[in-house]
Amino acid sequence: MSKDSNEKIVLKKPLRFKFYFTIGVVVFLIFGSALFAGFNIIEVLSNLDQTFRLLDKLFLPPAWDYTSRIIAPLFETVQMAIVGSFLGALVAFPVSVLAADNFIENKFVNTPVRIVLNIFRTIPALVLAALFVAVFGIGSFAGILALFIFSFGLISKLTYESIEAIDYGQVEAIKSLGANKFEILRYAIVPQILPQFMSYTLYAFEVNVRAAAVLGYVGAGGIGQTYERNLAMRYFDRVGMIIIVSFFAVLIIDVISRNIRKRLV
Amino acid sequence: MMQTLVSNIPDKPKANKLYKTLIFIAVLSIIIWAFDGLNYKGIMETASGTFSGMLDGFFNPDIEYIKDSTVDGLLNAVLETIAIAISGTFVSGILAIPFALFASQNIVGEKVSKVGKFIITMIRTFPELILALIFISVVGPGAPAGILALGIHSIGMLGKLYSESIESMDIGVKEAIESCGGNKSEVLFRAVLPQVAPEFLSYTLFRFEINMRAAATLGLVGAGGIGAPLIFAIRSRRWDRTFTIVIVLIITVTIIDFISGKIRKKLV
Repeated sequence: MSKDSNEKIVLKKPLRFKFYFTIGVVVFLIFGSALFAGFNIIEVLSNLDQTFRLLDKLFLPPAWDYTSRIIAPLFETVQMAIVGSFLGALVAFPVSVLAADNFIENKFVNTPVRIVLNIFRTIPALVLAALFVAVFGIGSFAGILALFIFSFGLISKLTYESIEAIDYGQVEAIKSLGANKFEILRYAIVPQILPQFMSYTLYAFEVNVRAAAVLGYVGAGGIGQTYERNLAMRYFDRVGMIIIVSFFAVLIIDVISRNIRKRLV
Repeated sequence: MMQTLVSNIPDKPKANKLYKTLIFIAVLSIIIWAFDGLNYKGIMETASGTFSGMLDGFFNPDIEYIKDSTVDGLLNAVLETIAIAISGTFVSGILAIPFALFASQNIVGEKVSKVGKFIITMIRTFPELILALIFISVVGPGAPAGILALGIHSIGMLGKLYSESIESMDIGVKEAIESCGGNKSEVLFRAVLPQVAPEFLSYTLFRFEINMRAAATLGLVGAGGIGAPLIFAIRSRRWDRTFTIVIVLIITVTIIDFISGKIRKKLV
């Protein structure tokens, strides 16, 4: 306060080194990646007419009369997705209870279960399907197994995070009345997470429908197999029809499922 | 005393019960329909042989392939996968911004935003693998086709998340600039983007994690990355190489998830 009123307070600008360094690293990564992958925007743009030629072959016009032959594999795709997410949810429930650290208060149980779940989620469903096709042969069984493992990992992860976020007061209340572990699960945890659990299962189902539509590309059943066969034989108008039909099927399923999920949670 | 208390508990509403039973029956019949439609032909006789071959391959990694530092080696494939994921995410991160603005109610109004949202949903529904196949016929097989496929497909998710964060931003800043006579581009660069930048970056990183997994599968159809050597190894039943690739893939994805997750926590 005793300072002269004429004296100005000059704030030093903070060092921007870290900021510029980060920008430099990001720019290096982006340009390095493009260079490494041989991505050339000029080449892409100059080939743009090829895209239109292909779209023309696919959709102008698509093979409308092929629709009747697509329905059966389309239903198979949906069935694969339903069975995959249903089985995934069945197994995911007990596993997510084991992974939640507020129910099983034992790090030696939680951690290994979580590591296994993480590993399952890092393997893409398509890779799993390709492996299962090698073991069990071409067909929807391999695809279902792949979807089952994938949805199991997804639902478990989301569910155990929900269990950890529950209102713990209800658990304590029922514990103080002398409830055992099973009763805690049944009356304090399940009622709280059941809507979310069902919502996650539906979400896994949505993802599975999309995944199932392409699993056939490695021979794991569903509409992808029809797609691959027609593409190999260069029936582009049929391929276009398959793309259109599966696109609208996925869109309709998404809308229905999302509306149910909105009501659930 | 106790008796009266207990008898005061109201009955459960009956209509609710009927509704629940009906839904239960509907869901059950859908599941039965799904199981019924699957023609399970039994496991192939060769399955157990293949499986033991796989186990053998799992415990004997393909050291030569790991050491191979040429274009055909493992390191090159992993780097190419990461490069595809980074470039694809970058392309979609840029392309998604105009789509997101077009889909945000507080920028373009309600009617236009509905059209924008529908376009974004359409893009999201289109499988990236099919996009990859389309781009392969445009730029030929290889990483650029994968980059384009990821770049276009990711607009679907990023556009949606971006527009949600634009819609939930503080509108006061925009109004302040408009009241000072700021034009549209000034509103965009001084009010909208500075507010949403951290969230945008966080979503983009999240999408990068997803794209890492996608980039690993694009190679299965010939769009570059580790998927190509993987599918060759599976088709030619070289289980040692197959599992070397799968394990390296798991490790790479886990490390990238970890780093990206750390950065995302700092951002928001």
